[in-house]
Amino acid sequence: MNSLLIFGASEGGLFDFDATLPLMAAQVVLLTYILNALFFKPVGKVVEEREDYVLTSRTEAKKKLSEVEKLENDLKNQLKGARQAAQKVIAEAEDDSDKLYKEALSLANSEANASREKVRREIDSQRESALNQLKSDADKLGDLIVQKLLAAK
Amino acid sequence: MSLLRLFISLKMGTSPFVLPFAALEVGQHLYWQIGKLRIHGQVFMTSWILIGALLTLVVVGTKKMERDPKGVQNLLEFLWDYIRDLARTQIGEKVYRDWMPFIGTLFLFIFVSNWGGALIPWKLIELPSGELGAPTADINTTVALALLVSLSYFYAGLSNKGLRYFEYYVHPTPIMLPFKIVEDFTKPLSLSFRLFGNILADELVVAVLVFLVPLVLPVPVMFLGLFTSAIQALIFATLAAYYIGEAVEEHH
Repeated sequence: MNSLLIFGASEGGLFDFDATLPLMAAQVVLLTYILNALFFKPVGKVVEEREDYVLTSRTEAKKKLSEVEKLENDLKNQLKGARQAAQKVIAEAEDDSDKLYKEALSLANSEANASREKVRREIDSQRESALNQLKSDADKLGDLIVQKLLAAK
Repeated sequence: MSLLRLFISLKMGTSPFVLPFAALEVGQHLYWQIGKLRIHGQVFMTSWILIGALLTLVVVGTKKMERDPKGVQNLLEFLWDYIRDLARTQIGEKVYRDWMPFIGTLFLFIFVSNWGGALIPWKLIELPSGELGAPTADINTTVALALLVSLSYFYAGLSNKGLRYFEYYVHPTPIMLPFKIVEDFTKPLSLSFRLFGNILADELVVAVLVFLVPLVLPVPVMFLGLFTSAIQALIFATLAAYYIGEAVEEHH
């Protein structure tokens, strides 16, 4: 009798099909509509809005990042140019000062040379004139000595 | 079978060792009469309580939704994401949106039914006949769900492809025709009996162990039962989605 009960004779049993089946089906269909309205739609909306937000934020951030990189490159180029210009200026200044130094040196050298030359020439002319003087003096003395010797005779 | 008989005879008082909390009534129902229709009252009572709990959770979680989720909204979004992934992988990108609520409802309803049946101490409530338990441990519930799945995949196939849906039966060769027709019957059969058998067997094993060894030993089996319950909900929802996906799939 018990096994009859289990396998669903007229009264009860494990496999006792009755109006529970269609009513449960209707209940699940109803639950589907309720959950769709209360759960799937609103949560889906929020989740998808967030996904959109994240996506747009990401693309915006990427755009900004590329802009920043471009600006950085610009600045780097500017910096490079400025550095090159500064180096050029320094090199020019060094050249200028070198040139000035050389000019001053050569001027001083030539002046020194010129004054040395002048002095040497003076010395030469003085020595010459002194020699000439000596010569004429010696000649005069010789003449005098000759006259005196001749006069004494 | 002898075990089931043992319990029923225990309940009927033929044994001197009847423990009031350990007896299990198999195949007895609390009948409600509505007009000419008779329904299993215990199934509807538990299902209403569990659906109520589920709807309360949903209403509380969606009451104030923000872009930075807090509290219950996190849980709901996790569930939503989980169900979307399930539906999308099985049904495909094109039509999964239409079927996501159905698949999700199946998953959530079976999940709360299984876990509710396992976690809530229903046996403390005395009924005139039958006893409260998981709604999915009643064959009516599981067959109802399985038939809904059958209707859904037929509807999905016909609404998406029209009469070309029946190409599926002769795909890839007409030799497949008898097998595909048999499949239409075995699909709901296997869906309903798998769920029914697993949940009922879990309840029976726990009840038998509680009867034999009322301390400690049933606890790991109860945990195993929770695991089975969750897996069964996932399997049912996944298979339902797979059948729908199979019906809407385009053959080239």
